[in-house]
Amino acid sequence: MAKVSMTVNGKKVSADVEDRTLLVHYLREAQGLTGTHVGCDTSQCGACVVHVNGKAVKSCTMLAAQAGGATVTTIEGLANGADLHPVQAAFREHHGLQCGFCTPGMIMAAVDMIERHGANLDEATIRHELEGNICRCTGYHNIVKAIKAAADQMASMRTAAE
Amino acid sequence: MYETNYHRAGSVSEAASLMAKADDGKFLAGGQTLIPTMKQRLAAPSDLIDLGQIAELQGITEAGGSLRIGAGTKHADVAGSALVQRLIPGLAKLAGGIGDPHVRHMGTIGGSVANNDPAADYPSAVMALGATVHTSSRDIAAEDYFTGMFDTALEENEIITAISFPVPEKSAYAKYPNPASRYAMAGVFVARFKDGSVRVAATGAGQNGVFRIPAMEAALSANWSADAVASINVQADDMLSDIHGSADYRANLVTVMAKRAVAAA
Amino acid sequence: MGVQGIGARALRKEDKRFITGKGRYTDDMTAARMTFAAFVRSPHAHARITGIDASAALEMPGVEAVLTGEQLVGDGVGNLICGWMIHSRDGTPMKMGAWRALEPEIVRYAGQAVAVVIAETQGQARDAAEAVVVSYEELPVIVDPAAALQPGAPQLHPEAPGNLIYDWVIGDEAATNAAFAKAAHVTRLDITNNRLVPNPMEPRAALADYDAAEEHFTLHTTSQNPHVARLVLSAFYNIAPEHKLRVIAPDVGGGFGSKIYIYPEEMVCLWASKRVGRPVKWVSDRTEAFLTDAHGRDHRSEAELALDANHKIIGFRVNTIANIGAYMSLFSSSVPTYLYATLLSGQYDIPAIFCNVKAVYTNTTPVDAYRGAGRPEATYLVERMMETAAREVGLDPAEFRRRNFIRAFPHQTPVIMCYDAGDYDATLDAALKAVDYAGFPARKAEAARRGKLRGIGLSCYIEACGIAPSAAVGSLGAGVGLWESAEVRVNPVGTIEVLTGSHSHGQGHETTFAQLISDRFGVDTDSVSIVHGDTDKVQFGMGTYGSRSGAVGMSAIVKALDKVEAKAKKIAAHLMEAAEGDIVFEGGQLKVAGTDKALPFFQVALAAYTAHNLPAGMEPGLKEGAFYDPSNFTFPAGTYVCEVEIDPETGKTQIINFVAADDFGKIINPMIVEGQVHGGLTQGIGQALLENTAYDEGGQLITGSFMDYAMPRADDVPSYTLMTTETICPGNPLGMKGCGEAGAIGSPPAVINAITDALGIREMAMPATPERVWKAIQDSRRAMAAE
Repeated sequence: MAKVSMTVNGKKVSADVEDRTLLVHYLREAQGLTGTHVGCDTSQCGACVVHVNGKAVKSCTMLAAQAGGATVTTIEGLANGADLHPVQAAFREHHGLQCGFCTPGMIMAAVDMIERHGANLDEATIRHELEGNICRCTGYHNIVKAIKAAADQMASMRTAAE
Repeated sequence: MYETNYHRAGSVSEAASLMAKADDGKFLAGGQTLIPTMKQRLAAPSDLIDLGQIAELQGITEAGGSLRIGAGTKHADVAGSALVQRLIPGLAKLAGGIGDPHVRHMGTIGGSVANNDPAADYPSAVMALGATVHTSSRDIAAEDYFTGMFDTALEENEIITAISFPVPEKSAYAKYPNPASRYAMAGVFVARFKDGSVRVAATGAGQNGVFRIPAMEAALSANWSADAVASINVQADDMLSDIHGSADYRANLVTVMAKRAVAAA
Repeated sequence: MGVQGIGARALRKEDKRFITGKGRYTDDMTAARMTFAAFVRSPHAHARITGIDASAALEMPGVEAVLTGEQLVGDGVGNLICGWMIHSRDGTPMKMGAWRALEPEIVRYAGQAVAVVIAETQGQARDAAEAVVVSYEELPVIVDPAAALQPGAPQLHPEAPGNLIYDWVIGDEAATNAAFAKAAHVTRLDITNNRLVPNPMEPRAALADYDAAEEHFTLHTTSQNPHVARLVLSAFYNIAPEHKLRVIAPDVGGGFGSKIYIYPEEMVCLWASKRVGRPVKWVSDRTEAFLTDAHGRDHRSEAELALDANHKIIGFRVNTIANIGAYMSLFSSSVPTYLYATLLSGQYDIPAIFCNVKAVYTNTTPVDAYRGAGRPEATYLVERMMETAAREVGLDPAEFRRRNFIRAFPHQTPVIMCYDAGDYDATLDAALKAVDYAGFPARKAEAARRGKLRGIGLSCYIEACGIAPSAAVGSLGAGVGLWESAEVRVNPVGTIEVLTGSHSHGQGHETTFAQLISDRFGVDTDSVSIVHGDTDKVQFGMGTYGSRSGAVGMSAIVKALDKVEAKAKKIAAHLMEAAEGDIVFEGGQLKVAGTDKALPFFQVALAAYTAHNLPAGMEPGLKEGAFYDPSNFTFPAGTYVCEVEIDPETGKTQIINFVAADDFGKIINPMIVEGQVHGGLTQGIGQALLENTAYDEGGQLITGSFMDYAMPRADDVPSYTLMTTETICPGNPLGMKGCGEAGAIGSPPAVINAITDALGIREMAMPATPERVWKAIQDSRRAMAAE
């Protein structure tokens, strides 16, 4: 057992956990942030994706202790109060989710993808970039549409802001 | 996962001394293979020594015609490095195709090379570029480093600190992924150096891990073209065979990926 | 949000919680003093248990109890049941072996639970489960269903000699044989429908809590049908009487059939909770899901199609071996019989059909309904045969199908089903136009110039949804009726709660059901809430599977709405001093026809509850319930066209274009329907190209994780081209047919027909992995070289 502290969604948190505790369990159980999900045990489905120090990682493939001192953003911390993040809004607008279980990981992966590629995201790139996220409901069609729409919208927001 | 004891090392020497004190310790680099293995209860280290925060393992530099990449450098950083893209574009492309974006944000070159998974991508580049593996105690030539599947020349307690890749004139990597795991079923790295020499190494396909293909190297030295390797086949007997691909199929993929790598270089 | 009626592409009401991480799935629930269960599972596929030593496990930190099958049986917990009786051709009932939630004597598949550890944390429970020492005496293993029927094969259950569960037939054998005797051409094909692992992204989970004072259980679980779960847990497993057991299925992360059944683990959690006097939680990991969630498909068939000289089909003969696995899961018996062979007529006028199905036990994970359930197996068979026959007789596959389409309705097939409505030419025409069928040869030639092999394949599927008329399925052996229930509660200020026995685990009922109310009463969908998934809140209902929630679940709501409307009209007539027959419901108002007198709906609702001025003798309140039992199945149908390009060097198949033209009858929300089709198509393409469930000879599942079982990912599939045509289903008030399974049913043959077309070969097994395709290319090159 050890005390593990980090900043989660802008808040400093800490908890005493076993050293073997994965980041995803630290978030779900110690912090009650159950939006991050566990969909497999071989680090492939991506339902657990969160951002650690600004980068998308699989929180099921990282010990909580490894993230000690880091800044973590989960799906719960993505919206700005009542204002949805453009990617969240696009997933709803384009019906990019059905059962909702893979959705938090998909959205966190999409935000990271858009941050890295900007408006240069085409369908083939989006599909390739989703290699680490599995969805069984949507057939990806509307997820791809949602990410493309969000990328375009975020790019135009940036242009407008400049 | 079995219970374990986590330690965060601040330096290579601290990591080594933590390991010396551990019962049955393991170094934790990016953890993208080790943690899944532990989750499946297939590994039960008493102690994990985290190398992730060691500054001296970071960084990509050019020196004396070679590219030195710190062992702690993440795949995404190798893929995104302007220096790597300029000097060894094949290596940048390889790094950008490992696992998925999330894995690339955590996984490191040192961890991958230390683990020597037969389906990992990096070993092919280390071998084909004739890289040198720098460790906490010595330098190891690629030829001497890989000793078989999941097996390397590393001693217990020896930490990879960096890998130096001689800069080739041309290089490229082509892989065919396993449809399920997306690991390489066959990945071929080709490199041509300024002196005209050529090295070709394949990963994912061989029974003993990464291997060079001398017949292709000879053919490409004489004629650098995809056609030159099109009819050169590796021995199917030496290939892996499993539900995803028979030895014959993997042998075919080695040739096809070699052609595509040459064409892309 | 304004009024969002039938046909509107309304955005989903449920989305906000999911996109902000506020969904509430079973694993998100906790309870005070909660413990965790971890199961001890057999590593052997067939073995006798000779001893269980839990002493070391009991000494481990945090361990509360180790429970075994002996204790479970001793406590009177009943065996797992199969809810559909099938009789063999000789009239004998199916032969069912005993299945206990924790096996005390003989394990019959790798992963079967033999004991459970209850501990303070999940980690401690799993550590201790590993320390339970179970001694086994290994028994011979059989995994191949055809071999399991051979004399001398290892036997699984003493109740089922020769591993044969039933030997069932449908259709007229003599008439079918006679058709073959006079056939001008006969097409023969051996066809395997590969075993699949459903893999909803949320693994199964349960949180069971026993209240000793009230002798009452609460179970939160991942169920598609919480009432059916409660019924079975009460009536057959003897967990508790129904009124002492509350089953709640909160947000459920996908089901695809695999969450219909009541599995050992959920039942053990309930029993263990009473035993240890604390809440017990179990969450499956993906490895357990692969081993224990009911698998799908797994048929081996020999099929023969008889044609006359005009290429009209005159007979269809099929022999199928269905692998049931080691035990008979809840609806396993019905899938390869009434959900399968009754669809063997496809979209075609076939005068004589005969099918024999042998259901077989093997040392593998139990097999049950998975998205489509029997209908994908039938469609694959029919559409592979159609394509192959067309190529053999030299007819264009589209033209061959057209020659045999059913065009007059109702149409009675020789295999029970009576198709009520359809227009198969319409979907075929639409799909061929969208794919530019005529332009295909030019595209093939262009691909060849790039060294690629291009192929096109069709699939004209039909399926039976809206499951199902209760009396009809009862006469065929079903243990339950398959009606649905609904209750519509209009609150005093006019907001509306709809309680439904249907359950949404991704289908969007909170939106589509609200659209129905909005359409009917002119109220905003935001003032409607859909309540489901809790046996304490909702009246008994049958749940969601078989694409039934629209055609059956919404029909029940319509019936309840009819009653609400009738009462509201009575009240309005009374208040406005008009004749009841003159009241019309328009735009959220009850109006007196031909006058300007009107009352908003909410005022009528308020009047119903104040009850100050109601018609004489009328009860206060505005709340009505209804049960709807369908009069027939519904018959969604359509044409799918797949165009592929194959890289001959690697054998990799890329889907270049996939067109789906569906007739789902009336559509409530096109956006949601399209989403259902996208998902279904991807699962079907997964079956055709990627998903391989492989056992070794010792019965070990060698594709037991996402490392080895290839799930479709975003770059494996294209964006789809969808369109719908509409023939109204005459069997239900909304004219709906159902859309949840069509994609998974119709797509596999289209993909395989395209691949065999590209390669110019007859047969290709699913999944058509790159290696299989590459080998087929090598084989045909060798064959050509030899000629």
